[in-house]
Amino acid sequence: MNEKGTWVVKEGFADMFKNGVIMDVTTPEQAKIAEEAGAVAVMALERVPADIRKAGGVARMADVGLIHKIMDAVSIPVMAKVRIGHIAEARILEALGVDFIDESEVLTPADDKYHINKHEFNVPFVCGARDLGEALRRISEGAAMIRTKGEAGTGNIVEAVKHMRTVMDAIRRLKFMADEELSAFAKEIRAPLELVRIVKERGRLPVVNFAAGGVATPADAALMMLLGADGVFVGSGIFKSSNPPKMANAIVQAVLHYDDPDELVRISEGIGQAMEGQEIATLSEKLQERGW
Amino acid sequence: MPNFFNFECEFDRERGERPLVGRFVMKIGVLGMQGDIEEHLNMLEKLDVPAIRVKSSKHLNSIDGLIIPGGESTTMVKLLKKTGLFDELKQKIENGLPVYGTCAGMILLAKEIVSHPEQDSLKALDIAVNRNGYGRQVDSFEVDIPIPILGEKPFKAIFIRAPKITRVGNDVDVLAKYGETPVMVRKDNIFASSFHPEITNDTRIHELFLKVVENAARR
Repeated sequence: MNEKGTWVVKEGFADMFKNGVIMDVTTPEQAKIAEEAGAVAVMALERVPADIRKAGGVARMADVGLIHKIMDAVSIPVMAKVRIGHIAEARILEALGVDFIDESEVLTPADDKYHINKHEFNVPFVCGARDLGEALRRISEGAAMIRTKGEAGTGNIVEAVKHMRTVMDAIRRLKFMADEELSAFAKEIRAPLELVRIVKERGRLPVVNFAAGGVATPADAALMMLLGADGVFVGSGIFKSSNPPKMANAIVQAVLHYDDPDELVRISEGIGQAMEGQEIATLSEKLQERGW
Repeated sequence: MPNFFNFECEFDRERGERPLVGRFVMKIGVLGMQGDIEEHLNMLEKLDVPAIRVKSSKHLNSIDGLIIPGGESTTMVKLLKKTGLFDELKQKIENGLPVYGTCAGMILLAKEIVSHPEQDSLKALDIAVNRNGYGRQVDSFEVDIPIPILGEKPFKAIFIRAPKITRVGNDVDVLAKYGETPVMVRKDNIFASSFHPEITNDTRIHELFLKVVENAARR
């Protein structure tokens, strides 16, 4: 019998993004530029995070008509964001046929206590995390993919680095931990013991783990790969740069050649200006603090 | 040095040299442009076969067989062309390098991509495919299918935005079908499947491919 929406079908789909770049786009034209540059998927949005930050107010799921147009424009997978805990937005995107849902702190949360029970959906979900405990809580709710939160829309990589290092350090620590310590460790990081055991056994998260939130240059993308990311999300970094097709192309190549400095030199040359960056200390609101 | 024995010994297959003694151990490459490279490498590690991620022509020249993983076929083709590996790989396959493509890997091997005729491919296997022919991710599925060449036990086939085979050339064997549609095919040393054995625990398809690689390397 043919079964849809099983765990392996959802988690396995995320495996196919590995070593790839997922790009935020706000129009069908941008989606085509992303596809042409070699993106493995696009994230359909009304505004990139840098503009969401500027606009303020309540950020919601993107207009369904816009997402639909972007789905029609490209042959690669299309993702879209819903507000944390907004079950109805998620059901709408699932019915629309979106390939992956990002339950995202970049939008204004709809629920200040609970995330969506993602096991109940056929469509897979990706969620942000700042540490191992948060990642495992999201996975236990059914997330088939994790990304660092970073600090979206800033063009500043420091928070993504912090979150990736925090997750990786915890995994390294766990690998050498005695079995009798696991239950206390699970309690300390507020994560299910079963998942903690799996991470110890495999020496990695049980799902794909991407970097996100602040990637602005090919070097940023390479840095995140060096730190152990399975791939990279680029939000504002492409369409807020001076030459989006070139920047998109360069970041895709940087994810392939992340460990080859000579290639990175070639890739980084003549790609125009990266997006303007922001110092984290000057932010009035940190998006990464949303989510529980 | 290209290959391994049960003890250290160097020889250069490119120059037609052959080992005189020792057990032949092959080396498999997984095309490393993009996709679930690690899953195939893990599968090969489970089978105790030396395997590498192939990113350059040096890597390509050191292997006895190649697996093209799942991922985005558009991304893989672009990166193959950017790295200059596209023509080289095509040539290698024409010269008999055994190759197995899963999902996007099958698209790369197909002669014809009916849904996207503008998309280039290695054209190594006379089949026509329709990208995402089984639908979007919400339609992705798993199903047990018989694969007679692997024995009686059915295989858990996982179809993820999978390519659908719409035509099979006369010289291409169909190894498995889902309903009426071919989902795994072979021509000589070239294998392709619409589904992803690398994300299951079933190693039988990889073992089958390894046998073919070993026979080809011995010849």
